[in-house]
Amino acid sequence: MPPVNSIVCVKPVPDPRYWSELALDPATKTLRREGIPVVLNPLDRHALEEALRIKETFGGTVTAISMAPLTATDSLREAIAIGADDAVLLSDKSFAGADTLATAYVLAAAIKKLGRFDLILCGNQSLDGGTGQVGPEIAEFLGVPHVAYVRKIDLPEQGIARVERGLEYGYMVVEARMPLVLSVVKEINVPRHVSLMRISEAMQAEVRVWASRDLDVDSSRIGLSGSPTQVADLFIPETKRRGEMMRGAPDVVSKLLIERLRELGVL
Amino acid sequence: MDFAPTPEQEILRKSVREFAEAEIRPKVQQMDETDKVPMDVLEKMAKLGFIGVMVPREYGGLGMGHIARTIVLEEVGRVSAAMANTLQITHLGISPIASDGTEDQKKKWLPVLARGEKLSTFAVTEPTGGSDVLGIQTTAKLEGDEYVINGRKCFISNSHIAGVLGILAKTGEGTKGLTVFVVQSDFPGFRPGREENKFGLRGCNTGELVFENCRVPKENVIGKEGDGLRIALSAISNVGRPGITCAALGIIRSCLEEAVRYSKQRVLYGKPISELQAVQWNLTDIYMDYEASRLLTYYSAWLRDKGERCDAENAIAKFSACEAAVRCAKKTIDIFGAYGCMRELAPQRLLRDAELLISGAGTSDIMRLVMARKALTLA
Repeated sequence: MPPVNSIVCVKPVPDPRYWSELALDPATKTLRREGIPVVLNPLDRHALEEALRIKETFGGTVTAISMAPLTATDSLREAIAIGADDAVLLSDKSFAGADTLATAYVLAAAIKKLGRFDLILCGNQSLDGGTGQVGPEIAEFLGVPHVAYVRKIDLPEQGIARVERGLEYGYMVVEARMPLVLSVVKEINVPRHVSLMRISEAMQAEVRVWASRDLDVDSSRIGLSGSPTQVADLFIPETKRRGEMMRGAPDVVSKLLIERLRELGVL
Repeated sequence: MDFAPTPEQEILRKSVREFAEAEIRPKVQQMDETDKVPMDVLEKMAKLGFIGVMVPREYGGLGMGHIARTIVLEEVGRVSAAMANTLQITHLGISPIASDGTEDQKKKWLPVLARGEKLSTFAVTEPTGGSDVLGIQTTAKLEGDEYVINGRKCFISNSHIAGVLGILAKTGEGTKGLTVFVVQSDFPGFRPGREENKFGLRGCNTGELVFENCRVPKENVIGKEGDGLRIALSAISNVGRPGITCAALGIIRSCLEEAVRYSKQRVLYGKPISELQAVQWNLTDIYMDYEASRLLTYYSAWLRDKGERCDAENAIAKFSACEAAVRCAKKTIDIFGAYGCMRELAPQRLLRDAELLISGAGTSDIMRLVMARKALTLA
């Protein structure tokens, strides 16, 4: 079996331990992230771990890639410290305000520039966005297959991936030709800890930074202008509890309950 | 003057904290109850480079400095002072070999120790001398190509798990009458003796070492015969004492987090107790102790990384952090009230752990003597 070259999409997200300190900016409808430490998106750690295990089995390379502000250089160095061979940061003011489609468009352009790959691994969704859309969108832009909710990956023969895709109850086995995009869930593995021995090397490693001029992209399809979805509002919903008591025999109360739920628009 | 950590230091701190939370925290209660060292965790730490953090790269270590070591130990100590002490003692055991060993000795032991294949310790204290180093009575007599060591050491951390031990023994009289030897645990005539049952730092093994005509090759002398006092005091001042300081700093950090978290959750008089001034005064006392101890600890590490002699600064940091750890743990218990005395919760363990740190690597009173020597030169 020849070596397998993987690309792992990673995203720095606010450290969940500090979420209580995140504030909403009502004017821009965004989260104020200043001063909040970042971590690699937890599911991306699982994606990176899986890529490293595949490399340890078959050989090949692991490249981490991220579209993020320049400060994400540290996060990509962290990915190298964990075990990635190299890293690419896509950073440009024109990328700002991108929704998942514009983000996936830029990532796909960078992946095309990186050249040949066998696997693209993503975390199934990010901790802060939670859409799960970027992986499938990258696959569409690249014209390759995509499987989400991947909890196991086998590479039984050259050019073929056989994966377990989690369903609500159980799982489905999917076989697909490489190259393809796989979005992984946490059940796939237990990510390794950062080896202190790699930290110094990671700090010396070059993190390539590509701006929009370095990529073959249409400026109308990147950043805010390339985003068909706009955030209309961002708020913390109020959760209130209201109680209503219904008394009577079960058959009477159950009818009352159904009528009430219909009145409230629940049914 | 730049107090900001470097990106490398940030990644180091984050990585160690993540490891400590995932691998050490689940074991903390069990360690406290059983007093057993989680060897599987030590093995994982070794593989990740925690033990070899200051061993030069050419001998298989990370070649990092004192600030990096401080970060590692503080983050481990924040979760478990017992584990931090176990780890820092391995660094102490490595230190004389790294600083004064011959090239052959370094090649023989440093890679093995850096990889954690064997653990280490450094044994000075005896019933007749700890603070009074010259009071030790373990002897080493040269017979042909071997030294024969007789005596007992007490209160030695890692006594029963170390495979490579640095031992201070008498080869003569006076300040030039002490020598450091490397003893391997499989040498005939050596055995660990009684294992202590401490009320704190449980899960860090402490015990006795027994030497009964223990034969040690003369190639295992570190430095020269008679260099022992200098080597031992340097290792203790620059590695052992700061290691304990870092464990204390971790305790203070833990006190701060536990106290803040609890006070925001505990509701009395219709509001969280964090809104009560009396509680806030306790919290700010802990916070001030944390910031002050942190500055002293990292400042002394910075001096050591510059290669400057800083025995007084090491002593100030150790005294301050350890005494502060006891104070802060007591205040944390006060904030928790009766809950603070329950074995299931952290505060009482933090106090028990902190108290043990005061007597390690030089008591607070000895630290005052070290500081006094420098203080008396300042005018």
